[in-house]
Amino acid sequence: MNNKNTTANNVGTFLIFAGPAVLAFMAVIIIPFLYGIYLTLTSWDGISKAKPFVGLANYVNAFKDAGFWSSLGLTLLYVAISVVLVNVVGFLLALLVTGKIRGSNFFRAGFFVPNLIGGIVLGYIWQFIFKTILVYVGQNAGIGFLQKSWLSTPVTAFIALIVVTIWQLSGYMMLIYIAGLTGVSEDLREAAKIDGCTENQATRYIVLPLMRSSFTICLFLTITRCFMVYDINLALTAGGPYGSTVLAAMYVYDKAFVSKAYGVGQTQAIILFVITAIVAVSQAVINKRMEVEA
Amino acid sequence: MSGRTVKGVLKTVVAILLFLFYMFPFYMIVLNSFKDKRDITKLPLSWGGKKPMTAQNYVEAFKNMNFLSVFKNSLIVTGCSVALIILFSSMCAYIFVRKAWKINNFLFLLMMFSMVIPFQVVMIPLISIYGGIFGALNHRYTLIFMHLGFSVPMSVFMYHGFIRGSIPISLEEAAHIDGAGPLRTFFQIVFPLMKPTTATLVILYALALWNDYLLPSLILTDRKVYTLPIAIALFQGTYSNQMDLLLAGLVMAIIPIIILYLALQKYIIAGVVAGAVKS
Repeated sequence: MNNKNTTANNVGTFLIFAGPAVLAFMAVIIIPFLYGIYLTLTSWDGISKAKPFVGLANYVNAFKDAGFWSSLGLTLLYVAISVVLVNVVGFLLALLVTGKIRGSNFFRAGFFVPNLIGGIVLGYIWQFIFKTILVYVGQNAGIGFLQKSWLSTPVTAFIALIVVTIWQLSGYMMLIYIAGLTGVSEDLREAAKIDGCTENQATRYIVLPLMRSSFTICLFLTITRCFMVYDINLALTAGGPYGSTVLAAMYVYDKAFVSKAYGVGQTQAIILFVITAIVAVSQAVINKRMEVEA
Repeated sequence: MSGRTVKGVLKTVVAILLFLFYMFPFYMIVLNSFKDKRDITKLPLSWGGKKPMTAQNYVEAFKNMNFLSVFKNSLIVTGCSVALIILFSSMCAYIFVRKAWKINNFLFLLMMFSMVIPFQVVMIPLISIYGGIFGALNHRYTLIFMHLGFSVPMSVFMYHGFIRGSIPISLEEAAHIDGAGPLRTFFQIVFPLMKPTTATLVILYALALWNDYLLPSLILTDRKVYTLPIAIALFQGTYSNQMDLLLAGLVMAIIPIIILYLALQKYIIAGVVAGAVKS
């Protein structure tokens, strides 16, 4: 009797405390995730009730889809370039504002501003800059490479996408690098200098190895965010000109919601996810191995 | 001047130049949002143009974008979602830490695993379930429920870490002896102690949900329930030839965030760093 009561009590406690969160989590992530795997085995058009079972045909189609692979290739290139540049710029900004300069808090706050604003709004802002402002400057100052809008040719539109990504994310990474840089005790730096290190040597050989976990975090964040980028892609180039800048997330979206090939779209989403996971996790593992303790 | 000060001055100059570069796009849209359409294309860099600067663009954009209703929708969705995320995640994390039941451990592991799943992987099934099977699209509640579901794993993870690391169980035992039930113990003793984590999560999710575009654009397809990012995207589509109105709309979309940032800058920066480092 008593036992039964405690069990009933426990179930009650569980339902009150964990019930709502677990229900939402299951309903929004786990069930759709599993259902999504099932969808890859059907050829659903998004409207009809029928979801004909097609076995692995979607996987065959996804692998044969040249458009998907070229957008995936473009995404890999975009990720590689953006991840390196965002982190280099973010790290240099962090070094700059943690150095002894006046108003460093003010600069810090300023560099972070682009991150507060959503990708859609940022994309439109930069569309205006590329289409109107830079073209105006180019034509009036006679700067050749600015006279035509960057968004009008495939290569320059791709570069524009990277410029905006750096502008948006570098301030965020700067904050994490600042936390890493200031987390290394000043004593260690001082000790290195007494032993004859210059300021730069102390940074290079003492501080950098000790803040490797900041690099792990920043790389992980930038890799996962860049692989899945959608808002900026949509608002800045909308995949143009002539579909030349359609990154993978947009390709998957269009496949499902524009071409109504839900099964193939879902299959490609899963392929994209697997590739991202492999890259992000192996990066984290390699970096973790190289971390050192003070 | 010694080498040291030269270097310091040089650093400051570089910082100022970079700062100007980061601010330049904002300056340009604000400046041009007060101009006539023709002056924007003819003289985008100058103060004023052939016609005097005017706030007329704002009046019109405000009306055409239905700004008040859109702003209200964004506020409702973000506010309710954040409140529910905080409430339910903290309660869930609490029971996960304090009761080592098998189901708790299993669910916690499942949540941790789910954090690697990007939104795009569940996007299509999500729409097919909630649109096709339940017909529940176009309600703000549906969006709020989904925001809750997507935010639970990370929030539970952060509360979990905090409770395990910084909340002594002796306090709760004392409350229990005094006759407080688990709900009362949680709300009167544990929840107030978790303020740092709560603040971090409120900041992270308020920003993320306010700016979210993809999920809301799939759920909310009726004008009446549009949030700010959706409205801006549609506004851009409709008025792509009317730069004057579009720029005013963009500035209006940014202003609320900037005001919040100016007021809470220190907390926002601390919150963002804490959120990134812990996850």
